[in-house]
This record gives sequence, structure tokens and C-alpha cells, in this order.
Amino acid sequence: MKLFAELFLNLDRTNKTNDKVELLKNYFSIASGKDKIWALALFTGRRPSFKINSTQIQQWAAAEANIPNWLFRESYNSVGDLGETISLVLPQKINSTQEKSLSEWFDYLSQLPSMTDEQKREHILNAWKQLSQHEIFVFNKLIMGSFRVGVSQTLVVRALAEATNIESNNIAHRLMGKWLPTTTSFEKLIYNEDKNDSASRPYPFYLAYPIEGVISDLGDADDWYVEWKWDGIRSQIIYRNNELFIWTRGEDLATEKFPELHILKSLLPAGTVLDGEIVSYRNYKPLPFNILQTRIGRKNLTKKILQEAPVAFIVYDLLEENGIDIRNLSQQERRKKLEQLLVKFSVPNTFILSPLIEFKKWEDLGELHKQSRQNAAEGFMLKKKTSVYQVGRKKGDWWKWKVNPLSVDAVLVYAQKGHGRRAELFTDYTFGVWDEEKKLVPFAKAYSGLTDKEIAQVDNFIKKNTLEKFGPVRTVTPQLVFEIGFEGINASPRHKSGIAVRFPRILRWRKDKPIEEADTLQNLKKILESFI
Amino acid sequence: MGSSLLQFTGKSIYCAMANVHIDPWIPVDRAIITHAHSDHAKWGSKNYLSHKDSEPILRMRLGENISLQTVEYGEKFSINGVNFSLHPAGHIIGSAQVRVEQNDEVWVASGDYKLENDNFSVPFEPVKCNVFITESTFGLPIYKWQPQQIIFNEMDAWHAKNKSEGKASVLMGYSLGKMQRILKNITLGDEVIYAHGAIYSLNEKLRSAGFDLPPLTLVTKEIAKKLFRGALVLAPPSVDSSPWIKKFAPYSLGYCSGWMAVRGAKNRRAVDQGFILSDHADWNDLNTAVKSTGAEKVFVTHGFTSVFSRWLNENNIAAAEVQTMYGAEEEENEPPSVNPNVSTNLPTEE
Repeated sequence: MKLFAELFLNLDRTNKTNDKVELLKNYFSIASGKDKIWALALFTGRRPSFKINSTQIQQWAAAEANIPNWLFRESYNSVGDLGETISLVLPQKINSTQEKSLSEWFDYLSQLPSMTDEQKREHILNAWKQLSQHEIFVFNKLIMGSFRVGVSQTLVVRALAEATNIESNNIAHRLMGKWLPTTTSFEKLIYNEDKNDSASRPYPFYLAYPIEGVISDLGDADDWYVEWKWDGIRSQIIYRNNELFIWTRGEDLATEKFPELHILKSLLPAGTVLDGEIVSYRNYKPLPFNILQTRIGRKNLTKKILQEAPVAFIVYDLLEENGIDIRNLSQQERRKKLEQLLVKFSVPNTFILSPLIEFKKWEDLGELHKQSRQNAAEGFMLKKKTSVYQVGRKKGDWWKWKVNPLSVDAVLVYAQKGHGRRAELFTDYTFGVWDEEKKLVPFAKAYSGLTDKEIAQVDNFIKKNTLEKFGPVRTVTPQLVFEIGFEGINASPRHKSGIAVRFPRILRWRKDKPIEEADTLQNLKKILESFI
Repeated sequence: MGSSLLQFTGKSIYCAMANVHIDPWIPVDRAIITHAHSDHAKWGSKNYLSHKDSEPILRMRLGENISLQTVEYGEKFSINGVNFSLHPAGHIIGSAQVRVEQNDEVWVASGDYKLENDNFSVPFEPVKCNVFITESTFGLPIYKWQPQQIIFNEMDAWHAKNKSEGKASVLMGYSLGKMQRILKNITLGDEVIYAHGAIYSLNEKLRSAGFDLPPLTLVTKEIAKKLFRGALVLAPPSVDSSPWIKKFAPYSLGYCSGWMAVRGAKNRRAVDQGFILSDHADWNDLNTAVKSTGAEKVFVTHGFTSVFSRWLNENNIAAAEVQTMYGAEEEENEPPSVNPNVSTNLPTEE
């Protein structure tokens, strides 16, 4: 555990990519195989769930630290991270008393699910007693909450590739799919391709950067395909060994969530992998994202939901044909093969080819781009005809050209402390706009978009201008105006304002604007109308 | 305002009977200053009184010609029939708790304090009293300091490692208090120690006033960059985002502060190494200090006021929180973000 705790803390401490790669590489060179597979599982979001109740664990920690529960909660509010708070309030030890490796700790933890609450308490307290403060913190990350340490999949891949001398695209591919640290080993996963395990394995997604500068700089318009950028869930559909798998970009296996698409099982030829977008779709038309949103995260897909928010798969790329990886063919060749496939198998309203936009010159696109929202799209995707299907986010061959976000000027009305990196700062803001009675109605919460310096200034303002406290939330004197951007808007009876916006974020601090000039609810409703 | 010995007027901690203000944040006739940090020692009052060790810094900061009377720790003086004396607070050089007594009632305003002996300021001395006014900067049970020797060992090891890698060790901390504490406790060879102007001038001032501190070398444009390789450079916390720091590259950036105990604070500062070292009492020492005074009533000022006062009340010590302007702690541009002085309760008037 010492080795892994040290890795975690060092990763946490640096923002420099090269340093992180170096740390990971070093870990993968010296840790045991058993520990490595667990570390990989953690870094790729495969930590097993131990069903720890976080209220219970807070109570255990508070009791052990001899403090009342309210004081524990105050501490948690200030630290912003439960696992860290526990490590700080428990009696301090400088060194761990007994060294267990990462995999040994997971063996220890594997007993938890079969235990009674009382046994669980003893089991966890016993672990805490053996560990130093830093180790308790990392240990807590193993059992609950989100395991985040600023290490992306790309970074892990890079480090592994350097540590093993295996090509990074191969590593990226081998890390995908359904593997678990309990059912495979580091050796098997990274060095030996096992055909059976890999049936469900998706390819790493090729992701685009936003276009920089003007599009005419991309050169000859003839060299490019342009498609709508669909506003849905980026997904890969795999049909191998008589089984259908639907993977979303977040690397979730979501096959069961889209029963409408199971029809593909009887249509697709064996050994087919498709890249496309799952969108809400009805009457030959894609619908805005918020329709799809109503069924995301639902455990039970009722008939009603399936009727109200039917989905389709708009396919734009073919990655595997007859069991052969064709990602190295050009976009043009892949497109041709895809079109041939769809000629045979398309299903109206369910399985649709993403159409190419016809244009002669770049200038032809301007007007059409403005109509993206009417087409339930976020803008255009530009794809070079000669490009191969790459791994991860790469510049050059694919670009996304999104429509400008919607925006309004709004007033800061509530604030709350952030989490993690921003735990001691007020960084979670709620913004309001003026209603007809000249009152500020909250309409959006936003976190990001300010510089550290601005955050410090706003934080200072909040501390000096708090009107009331409700638990962790503060009401603030209305004085600061911000431009809030968002991606979508829809009516929402659940919100006081009657509207809900999608992906709100702070575009800039309007220091030039007095609050009287902030936007009105009426303005927002106008945007809503034009958006539908 | 009643007859209470000290009152929280919103402008100072005020003794009406003596017409004396403790750490006023507006100009007054007579001010007693607990210590020379800028949130406690404000400019513009007619007459000041402080411990004698605060004198050089107070004159440097508030003006050479201020009217300043100094006293020793424990020296009694009375104003309008109210008895006063200053007692060591252990926070920084010259820091004092103010003991106020009349008719057998004793109040102590402790300013900022810590219990651990920092080998430079005179260590904290508990003063028996009826009413104790305490800070609560680190008044949460997540703040528990390790013995300072452990931290100084870490500092020595960090500097040695940087040296071996040819990097400068840029160590940030408050100019007044933290830096003198560091200089008195790290292992110093015969190497040249470089310092930012703010720290250099304070150090010179204290040295010329007779305090035993090593000489520092002021960082100037004329110094060849290569001399910084492997050197120790002392800097105030404001430099990490300034161009001043660039000349030391390659360097490792360290920051000494109690706030470094929490990851979020450490990561946000983007320092390479956080040293958990504070001149304020931690959770355990706040409790120890309060108990050692025997006070039956405690007023909690700047910091986690509501939390600490609730905790004391639940532990059978009558406590109330007080809003003050203290806790904007000292120092140039220390971002307000690391200051949890967020009490919004109304000032208490007895």
C-alpha cells in the first residue's frame, strides 16, 4: 500500500502530464503484477463496489475520533472530500504499523459484502488502525466515492506503452471492454490477446477538437466530408459471435438500455463494429437532447418512456468489417463500405446513415451551420477523406465546428463551497435572472469558467457579502454579474424559473454590468421558444 | 453596552472604563496592539502600546514617529483604574495576550497564539481568567499539527534533494513570524540564504534591533542566475504567480502553512511541496489553551467561530462567537481564499 499511496499522492500533487506519465511508468515498472492489475482497474474506472454506506462510515469515523456527527459534517464541508476528512479526524499516526500490498487490501475488502454492519465496522476500523494518515485517505478511495486523481485513460495508456514497449494503440484497445481485475491478470490483459475475452471489446473512440481559426484554412473543400454533429450519446455498436454490445463513449456497456437497437442483432453481418450517435428520434427526425435525457439513468425503461423517447442509431463510421479491423482504411473507403452496408440493412427511424452535407465551397456552409439547432444538431463535423480512424482526441483530420452556446447575463445569488481541489473555496454558484416582479429567480448552477484569480476574488466577495446561511449554502448580496453560457434549454415545471438549461457554465465575469442590466426571465423564455 | 469589561464594538475589542481599544481597525486615541501582523496592527491611532519586541516592526510598518509605549511581559500598568498586563502568546515575536482586570474580574484577549515553542518568540503562557477571547483560525478537528521537528526534517530533506538535483528551493511563508521560525529551526550550513525584499527588510530590522537571526542576501537583478542553483530562497506567499519567481528556474516550490493540511488547499496553490507548519494553535491546542485559562466564558473570534463555540458549549464551556476583522492575516497578497473567516453572526455586546 505504501507504494500505491505514494503514487496516488504524487499524481495528485502535480498537474504536469509528463510528470504523471513518469510516475505511472515507474509504478508499472516496479509494482507486482497483482498490484498492477488493481491499479489499472482503478485508473480505468473498474473499482468493484463494496456497498459501503457513507452515512454509516461517517458515524464510525466520528465515533473513533471522539467528535459529534455535526462536527464531522462541518469538517467534511470544509475539506470537501469524505475519505480525506476521515483520514484527518482519526487519531494521527505517522507510519503504518503493518504493510499490506494493494492487492492484499482488495482481498481484505472482498470479505465486506458478506458481512453484517457490525462486522463491516470492525473490519474497516481495523484497517484504519493499521494505516498512516495518507494511507487511510487512499484506502478510503478504494472503498467509496469516485476514484479521481487526474489521470486520464490516455495518460495510463502512454505510461503503459512506455513501460512495456507495446504500441500505445494496442494498449488502448486491450484496456477497453469488460475485463475485471478478479478475472484476469496484468500479463494476460496486456501481453496475451485472449480471443474470447475480446468479443465485447470496443475500439478506442476517435475524438475531434474544436476547429481553430477559419474553416477555409482547412484547404480544398473537396478533400473533406461534412456531417451534422448529432446531439446524442456517442456510441459503438459491436456484433461479434452472435452477440450485440452497445458501448457509450464513457466506456459504459449500455446494451440493455437501448432495446430498440437490439433488432441489429438479426441484421448485421458477423464481425461488425459501427461508430455513431444514439439520439432521440421520431417521424424521420432527430429530437433535441433533452428528450433523450428523460431516459438516461432510468433503471426501468417503462413502456411510457420508450414511447415518449424512442431512440435511433445514426451511424457514421465502420470500424470492423467481417471481423477485420479496418480503421486504417481511409475515411472515404470506410464511408463507401458503410453506405453499402446501410443500403442492405437500414431501418427507418432506428438505424440510419448519417448523411453527408453537400457543398461546393466552404462559404456554402455558413448559412446551413446556423440552422444546426433546427436540425437537432450541435453544428458540423468535418472529416478529411484521406484520414484513418485514430485513437483518442487528435488534431488535424477530424474537427468539430459547434454552434455558439446560448448565453445570458445573470446575477450571482447563492454560493456553496466546492469539492476536491476547490474544497475551501466558494466555487459552486447559483445565478438568477429578473422576473416580472423585479425579483431574482435562480435558473442555473455553474462551476467552471473562472480563472483561479477570479475565483479568489469571488470567494472573497462571498465571504464578505453573505446574507444568510442554509447549511452549506449562502445567500449573497446580489452584486456580481456573469455571462452564463449553456448548450440547451427546455421547459421544466420542477424549477422555480420554469426552465432548465443544459451544461451551464460561466463564460465571463461582466464587471462592466450593473445588476439592473442583467437578463430577465422573459428573455430566457424567448430563447426557449426559439429553441423548440 | 452594560458594564462589561471588554466589548465587541465592531471596531475593536474595547475597554470603555479605560477608554482603550485592543487591536482597533480604525484610528483611536489609545490602542493596545497584541502583535504586529497587519490585521491586528492598524495605522493611524494616536497612542500605541505593545510588548517591547513588537516595537521595531510596528515602527517600520506604522511609522517611525508613532507614539508607542512598550512594556515587558507581566509588567503591570493601569489606565483609569483598570489593570492591564501583557503575557506571551507564542504566535510571533512580541505577540501578547492582553490581561484586563478590574474588581477581581479578569478578561484575557489572546490575539493570535500557538502553544508549541518556536524557538524565537517567547512561548505561550496560560493566564487564568474569567473570560477568555480566543481565535479559531484552525478550529476544526481536521487540523492537528505534528511536532515541528518532523516538519523541519522534511524541509531539510526537501532542500537537500533539490540541491542534489541542481534546483533552487523556493520556500514561501509569511514574512513576519513564519520566516524567523524557519530560520531558527532548519539546519543551516554556511550557505548563502536568499530572500525576497519583504523578508529581507524585516530580517534586517530585527537583526539591527538585536535579535539573533542569520544574515540573508537580498535577491537582486545583479545576482547571477547560476548562484540560485541548489540555493534556499525565502519568499512571501504572493510570489508564486509573479514574474519574480522565474529567475530561480529550475526550482521546487514549497509553502509553509497550516492550510497545507488539506489536499484541496495544497493542490490549488500548485506547490510542489506543502509544509504543514502554522503559527496558530491547532484543534487540540485551542482546546488545551481554553481549558488552561479556567475561563467560565469564552468569546470566539476569527476562524471557525461558530463551530468552535458550539463545540465549547457542548463541552460545558459557555461560548459565543464574535465577528471581527481579524484573520485577514498579515501579508501582502495572501489570497483571501485560504482564510475561513466567514462568520456572519452579529457582533456580541454584553
